[in-house]
Amino acid sequence: MKHGRYPFIIGFLIVPVAIYATFVVYPYIQAFNLSFTNWRGFSPDFEYIGFDNFTKLFQDSTFWKAIQHHIVLLIAMPLLTIAIALFFAFLLNVGGGSKGGLMRGVRGSWFYRVIFFFPQLLALALVAVIFNRVYSPDESGLINGLLHQVGVDQPVLFLADKNLALWSIIAVLVWQGVGFYVVLFSAGMGSIPTEIYEAAALDGATRGTLFFKVTLPLLWSTLQVAWVYLGIAAFDAFALVNVMSVDRGGPDGATTVLGLEIFRNMQDYGQYGYASAMGVVLFFLTLTFAALTLRVTRRDTVEL
Amino acid sequence: MTDILKPEVDRRTLLRRAAAVGLLATPAVSMLSACLGGGSSDDDTADKPAGEVSATNPLGIKEDAPLEIVIFNGGLGTKYATDVDIPSYNKLFPNSKVTFNQTEEISTVVQPRFTAGDPPDMINNSGSKLMDQGALVSAGQVQDLTELFAAPSVDIAGKTVKDTLIPGTVEQGTFNGKPYVLNYAFTVFGLWYSGKLFKDNGWTVPTTWADFTALLDKMKAKGITPYGYAGANAPYYQYTAILTSAAKIGGADVLKNIDNLEPGAWTSDAVKQAAAAWAEVGAKYSNKAFLGLKHTEVQLQQNQYKVGLYPSGSWLENEQAKDTPAGFDYQLMPIPSVTTADKLPVTALYAAAGEQYFVASKGKNPRGGMEFLRHMLSKAGAVGFTQLTKTLTVVAGATDGMEISAGLTSGNKALGAAGADTFSFRFDTWYKKLDDEVRAATNELMYQGGTADKFCERIQKVADAVKADSSIEKFSR
Repeated sequence: MKHGRYPFIIGFLIVPVAIYATFVVYPYIQAFNLSFTNWRGFSPDFEYIGFDNFTKLFQDSTFWKAIQHHIVLLIAMPLLTIAIALFFAFLLNVGGGSKGGLMRGVRGSWFYRVIFFFPQLLALALVAVIFNRVYSPDESGLINGLLHQVGVDQPVLFLADKNLALWSIIAVLVWQGVGFYVVLFSAGMGSIPTEIYEAAALDGATRGTLFFKVTLPLLWSTLQVAWVYLGIAAFDAFALVNVMSVDRGGPDGATTVLGLEIFRNMQDYGQYGYASAMGVVLFFLTLTFAALTLRVTRRDTVEL
Repeated sequence: MTDILKPEVDRRTLLRRAAAVGLLATPAVSMLSACLGGGSSDDDTADKPAGEVSATNPLGIKEDAPLEIVIFNGGLGTKYATDVDIPSYNKLFPNSKVTFNQTEEISTVVQPRFTAGDPPDMINNSGSKLMDQGALVSAGQVQDLTELFAAPSVDIAGKTVKDTLIPGTVEQGTFNGKPYVLNYAFTVFGLWYSGKLFKDNGWTVPTTWADFTALLDKMKAKGITPYGYAGANAPYYQYTAILTSAAKIGGADVLKNIDNLEPGAWTSDAVKQAAAAWAEVGAKYSNKAFLGLKHTEVQLQQNQYKVGLYPSGSWLENEQAKDTPAGFDYQLMPIPSVTTADKLPVTALYAAAGEQYFVASKGKNPRGGMEFLRHMLSKAGAVGFTQLTKTLTVVAGATDGMEISAGLTSGNKALGAAGADTFSFRFDTWYKKLDDEVRAATNELMYQGGTADKFCERIQKVADAVKADSSIEKFSR
C-alpha cells in the first residue's frame, strides 16, 4: 500500500499544479520581472530600469488616493458584511428560540437563506449594471424614483457626489457579499453542539447572551476566515468601480482603486512596466494583510 | 464549506488559502504579462514594392498576397468596409483574399498580436479600448504612409490621394514629421439642437454670449434643462466646447500651445475666460445630476425635448438615429463668441479628421494595407461611407450636392461658413494622462462648483508633469 502512495499522489497533483504554475505562478514571476522594465506593450523590446517605477509610484498622488480608498474599504466592508451576515445567520439558526429541545431559526428561515444567497449567483458586472440603475441620479433611478414619489425634489447623487460615491459602491459590495457569509456562518453555527445552547438556556440566558457568550466565541475561526476573505476582496473592487463610477474612478478620483489604476496604466497609458510595479505592490499589500490579520486575531481555539 | 471549521485546518493552511485568493484578486497583473514573450520578426522587405508597379497598382502590391483587416465595430458599424471598400479592393485585385475581422475591443484583440510579431495588415484603431497610437508609432510598428498619399487616386482622375483630401488631414495623422495614420472621418463639433424645438418656440441661433444666456433663460422658463453633457463618461465633449471658446477668444494658437505642452498654456487668459464663461453655464443652466449620467442618457433626454443644447460632434445624429422622434431635425450651431473682442469670428469651428486607420509595418502585407486605404479614400468609398454612417469623410466634397440627412447638411453648411477658421487639438490622443485630468477638471468646473482659476491651475500642473516625465513620448505640431 505504502509502495504506490507517491506515484498516486503525484498522478493526482501533476495536472492542477501544472495549470497553476502556468497560469498563476509564471505570470506572477513575469509581472515581477516587468515591474523593473519600461515595457510599453507594443513591441517585444524593453529595458531594465531598476527601481525607477517604484520611486515614481511612491510619489504618485493617485496611487496614495487609491491606497486611502483601500483602507476605507478594508475597515468598512468586512465590518458591515460580517455584522449583517452574523445577525442574519443568528436569526436563521438560533433566533427562533428552542422548540422541543432544538434551537430553531425564525419562521421561513430556509426561504430567506435561499434569498440571501441570490446576489452571490449574479456576475459582478451584472450587479454593477443593475446598481447603476438603482443609483441613477434622476427619476428613472430606483431610489431617486421612490424619493421623487414621496416628494423629495433634489435627487441624491449617489455616484456623482464625491462624499457619497465610495460609500455607494461599498454598499453594493456588502449587498453582494452578505449572502455567502450568512451561509458560511450558518454552517459554523450548525456545528456548535446544541447541548451548549440548551445548558445556557436552562441557566436563563437571553438571546443576546446566547449570541455573545456562546455563538460568537465558538464561531471565532470562521469569523477569522471571513475577515481574511473580505479583506482581500477589499483590495480588489475593480469590477464595480470600473463599471459603476463616474468618469472611471471619479468623480475626480473619489472612488479609484489600485486595480483600476493598474488597468488604466496598461490600457490607456501603455505603461506596462509601471502597471506591473503597482501589481507587485498590491501583491505585497494583500499578503501582508492576510498574515497580519491571522496573527492579530490569534486566540486559543475552543475545542469542541 | 464546513471543512474550514475542522480543527485540523491550521493557520498555515488558512494563510495558504488566503494567499491563493490574493492571487485571484489581482488578475490584471497576470493578464498583462501573459502577452509578453513573443518573438519579433523584422521584415526588411516590407518597404519595397513586392509586385509590379503599374497604373492600377501604383503601390506595387503583390497581387495574390492575402490581406487581413480589423475594423472597430462601434457607432460607424462595419458595413462600409464589407459592402464598399472590400469589393472595391477586390475589383482591382481579385486574387488577394481579404480576411475581415471586426471587434468592439481593438486592444484586446490586436495588441497581443503586435507583441507576438504577427499583426493584421490594416487596423481601425478606435473605440474606448483603442491602443495608444503614439506608443505604437514610437515602437516602430506603424507603416509610413507617405507613398499612399503620393499615389494617384482610384477614381478621381489626375489627382494624387493627398490632393483629394480636406487640407489638414495628413497633418492630423502626422507624428513628428511623418504621416503614419489616416484619420478618415471628418467631424464638426458644436452645439446641437432640435430645429423643431427652435421653430415651435420662435428661438433663433445666438451669436453673442449675452444672446446665448438669454436663450438659455428662455429655455429654463419653458421647463427645459437648457444645457447639459454627460459627466459619467463624456466630459470630453464639454472640454472640447470650453477649448473651442478658448480658441475663439485667443486664436487657434491657444490650442497649439496646449498640444505642445508650452509652459502656462493652460493658464492663459483665453482658457481662463472660456472656463469662467462655461462654469456659469454649468452652475446656472444645467443639472448637476447629469454628472452621474452616460452620454446616451443625456442624448435621449434631448430627443425627448427635455434638454435644449448638447455639445457633440457630427456623429451624434447617426448615434441617436434609433431614438430620434420624427421631425426632430438635428441642427448644429457654432459656439457663440464669449467676448466682443474674440480673435476668431463666431462661425469658427472645431473641425477635425478623426477615426484612426493605420497599416502595420511589420505585418505580412503592409503594401496591401496601404492599397486598402487608397480604396477607402476613393470617391466611391467616401460616398458609400457617408451614406452608410451619416458621417463626412476627409475626401473633400465627395458628397457635395447629395441630400443625406438634416444634421449632416447643417454641419456641412457650418463648415462652409467657417471657411479657413477651423481648428482642433491633439493632446487628448497624444497624452492620455492629460486627457484624464482635463476630464476630471471639467466635471469639477461644470458640476461640482469649481472655478476657472482652479481648472486652469490643476490642468497646468499635470501638463507640466507630463512634460517632465521622460517615459512619455513627446509630440509637437
